[in-house]
Amino acid sequence: MGILNIVTYIPLIGAIVILFFVRKENSVAIRYTATFFAVIDFVASLYLWFNFDPKGSGAAMWQFRYVREWIPSLGVRYEFGIDGIALLLILLTTFMGIIAVVSSYAAIDHRQKEYYILLLLLQTGMIGTFCALDFFLFYVFWEIMLVPMYFIIGIWGGPRKLYAAIKFFLYTLTGSVVMLLSIVALYFFNDGGIPFLNIKGLGNAASFSMLQYHEIGHLIPPTLQFWIFLGFFLGFAIKVPMFPFHTWLPDAHVEAPTAGSIILAAVLLKMGTYGFVRIALPILPDATKQLIVPIVVLSIIGIIYGALVSLVQKDMKKLVAYSSVSHLGFVMLGMFALNPMGLKGSVLQMINHGISTGALFLLVGIIYERRHTRMIADYGGLAKQMPVYATLFLIAALSSMGLPALNGFIGEFTILLGAANRSIVWASFASAGIVLGAAYLLWLYQRVFWGPLDNPANKNLPDVNRRELGMLLALVFLMVWIGIKPAVFFDVIEEPVNYIVRKVDPTYFDKQPLTYPPAAPVVASAVETTR
Amino acid sequence: MTWNDMVYLLPEIILTVGACVMLLVPVMGARGARLSAKWMMIAVLAITAGSLIVCSHAVETIDQSRQLQAMFALDPFSIFFKLLFIAAIAMLVMMSDDFLKESRYSPWEYYSLLGFALCGMMFMASGVHLITIYIGLELLSLSSYILAGFYKSELKSTEAAMKYFILGAVSSAILLYGISLIYGVCGSLNLLDIAAAMSTIVTNDALMLGIMLLGAGLCFKIAAVPFHVWTPDVYEGAPTPIAAFLSTGSKAAAFAIFARIFYVGLHDFHLEWNYVLATISALSMILGNFAAITQDNVKRMLGYSSIAHAGYVLLGIISLNTLGLRGILVYSIVYIFANLGIWSTVLMLRRHQYAGERVDDFEGLSRRAPLWAFAMVIFLLSLGGIPPTAGFIGKYFLFAAAVQAGFGWLAVIAVLMSAVSMFYYLRLVVAMYLREGVEAEFAITPALKIVAGICLIVTLALGILPGRMIDKVIKASDHVAARAALTPYAGR
Repeated sequence: MGILNIVTYIPLIGAIVILFFVRKENSVAIRYTATFFAVIDFVASLYLWFNFDPKGSGAAMWQFRYVREWIPSLGVRYEFGIDGIALLLILLTTFMGIIAVVSSYAAIDHRQKEYYILLLLLQTGMIGTFCALDFFLFYVFWEIMLVPMYFIIGIWGGPRKLYAAIKFFLYTLTGSVVMLLSIVALYFFNDGGIPFLNIKGLGNAASFSMLQYHEIGHLIPPTLQFWIFLGFFLGFAIKVPMFPFHTWLPDAHVEAPTAGSIILAAVLLKMGTYGFVRIALPILPDATKQLIVPIVVLSIIGIIYGALVSLVQKDMKKLVAYSSVSHLGFVMLGMFALNPMGLKGSVLQMINHGISTGALFLLVGIIYERRHTRMIADYGGLAKQMPVYATLFLIAALSSMGLPALNGFIGEFTILLGAANRSIVWASFASAGIVLGAAYLLWLYQRVFWGPLDNPANKNLPDVNRRELGMLLALVFLMVWIGIKPAVFFDVIEEPVNYIVRKVDPTYFDKQPLTYPPAAPVVASAVETTR
Repeated sequence: MTWNDMVYLLPEIILTVGACVMLLVPVMGARGARLSAKWMMIAVLAITAGSLIVCSHAVETIDQSRQLQAMFALDPFSIFFKLLFIAAIAMLVMMSDDFLKESRYSPWEYYSLLGFALCGMMFMASGVHLITIYIGLELLSLSSYILAGFYKSELKSTEAAMKYFILGAVSSAILLYGISLIYGVCGSLNLLDIAAAMSTIVTNDALMLGIMLLGAGLCFKIAAVPFHVWTPDVYEGAPTPIAAFLSTGSKAAAFAIFARIFYVGLHDFHLEWNYVLATISALSMILGNFAAITQDNVKRMLGYSSIAHAGYVLLGIISLNTLGLRGILVYSIVYIFANLGIWSTVLMLRRHQYAGERVDDFEGLSRRAPLWAFAMVIFLLSLGGIPPTAGFIGKYFLFAAAVQAGFGWLAVIAVLMSAVSMFYYLRLVVAMYLREGVEAEFAITPALKIVAGICLIVTLALGILPGRMIDKVIKASDHVAARAALTPYAGR
């Protein structure tokens, strides 16, 4: 069977069960069935967590492998396997999957059957993308994700849902079809080359296996690498989204229903960054090194620009959406520092952003369900009326801005260390982003929760109910856990990160044996001292 | 011509006899009235398909005369296309039945014309001689002209038929002129002889003109820009099942001869014609897709989208490598099933003389017929090339072939345009799922359900498990690829 198949297809089975066995269009049974399958999926993914061997290196780094022939005549295989990075992202996906389902109980009041089916299909697509080790399979899952999300935004979204849904679909589709051409170019390089362009191939058997391309990546001539990289870059950068490809994001987030925003922020955006660490960096090392500066510049612009735009937003959800642009800028910056420290921070920050921003979207959704407005100006003094909500919002905001002892700090701090190791200029720009991050979040908090409770519509708002409290406490638990025990997570991604660094720069660890011995507990000690 | 040769032609002979009999049934009076035109046509098609399969096994042991060999080939390539055509026509018969019942025109004539058109398509698939190909093409075209104007008293239908006929006749003349020039230079019309003659020619203006005219005539048949202007008008005016026929079966037949002529006959002059066709392909994709965005009429939209799809298929011709040839075959299957599925859904909507014309007519379909709305989404995704539908596999082959042949820029245009195409395909999805309040009027008949169901199953099955289809396609295309003397990398 393969445990990865089970984890991937449980949501699909859930969708089929709802489709055929739950007759009514709107009913409690649909919700509970969806929740049941989301929970089962999470439990199955916990099996991965407990049986994962973080020490596995080399071929053993790819665990729970499941390989079958799929389209033999094209060399396409059905190949699943995960390393530590994919493991964390899968756990994030299954966990946020539960949150997304549970958070929709009250928010989605019509066409519930279709809604939960699409949500579960989306989850299968996301997990499949993280599991796939074959380009063809990866691309199939990558595209499968588009359709359910399009419907989720388009049917259950806000007033401009049609515009937002089509924009989301076309932006990401454009990126991914260009990515397909890059995959094809890689395929021909491995196979017979492109004689018309005088590109000699390696003459290997036709294959789409990512791991094979990890091995032959450095043989690709730099010019070809550059073009292939551009194709992948477009696909991934739109998904991340990096400045200036981010314009679909605010629209999609603002119009999407709460659960859609949570999944979008927590997992879909990570597809882009995951694509970089899994594909672009290890397979195209020369192009990566060649393009460090432009990409870092775009990341820094993203960090600062996202933060500045957040500062002036009047709509809470839009504010959180733009803060994503800023945070993902950090992830990209850490990644392109191309040292173990930066990459580790980058991967951890992917998870952190999923949890913190997911929590913020959930919180905005909770207040929106009560008041049907997201305008900051409509609120004020909520701390008096909804103390528990205010406290949880504060924790999520602090986690997002990077307060020590919470998860955001670990990620951002590690990224800054990695970036400073490359260039102090990068790090100083990024620090400015952190300061701005604190500014927009605290200012938001101030305007919404403090001051007089003068809007009469806010006077009778109920505080969070038990369902909402449960979801939020689970998220807060993760924030604190990552914040005080990051070593658990760093251990898992240690090997994959070193692997990527070695792929990009094979001599990296020879040059700096003292600073970064492989598997050194540097991060843990750094955290100890700062705490 | 010997008796043995009859075996090679048996499916076509059976089909012709069947079609003639169907033409005679109405004049037989009372006895004919009890027969069902639809089932008789299906039976004829089934016997034709059966005889084709039997023949394909029998021909291994029977010698054919040299004359036949020079004109007509019963090779895996042609068998592949013939079976595909028969399947497409069978589905079109199912789609047409209820449509015809509502009109006062005789189904017998309609089906027998469809039979003759199929016969022409089968000759086209088998033609290895430009005259065979031309005659098959004319048989198909003449039947199509009549079918397009089958609603004699409808102004739109007559107009469509006139436009189609005049432009079609001119394009046939151009094609014929091109053929005659090629004959003048090469001294033969057999594709292998033409190829042999061409390999000794370095450059020849008359030959170049001949190739260009031949290409122009073929581009008219597949509706590539700038020979596309008839497409939207004819699709809009023709009875809907005939529009479906023109955009699927008829087009696939043109793809088949396009591929055979250029791969087998004209491959030596690849460097001369590839950039011309590349330009045509790029223009078709760009103009077809952008023009389709602005259409409110579904039939016109599908007309423009079929122009764009002709552009994609041309990628397979331009690249002139095994992958491209396979791509044409794969894409033909994928395109026929997705398109027939869409047309059958269009027919489900409000069956008056002209079914489900406007995008608005689809509004609320998801509430009233969730399964068929879902099927429609799958067909649209397949045309847009989104996995896990069959359309992705087809596009993968064509785009990969273009990259392999060094036409990277064309592949970039192609992928971007397929993203653009999703914009107007999604308009139908928006109408079906995202607009609320309006309820679509429709009349779903069992026959349409069968067609849409088959298309849905095929589109999904070929998307998820394409292995067997690709193996079959490889078998079918290798025969022609061998004749084209393809070195593994496009003859360079």
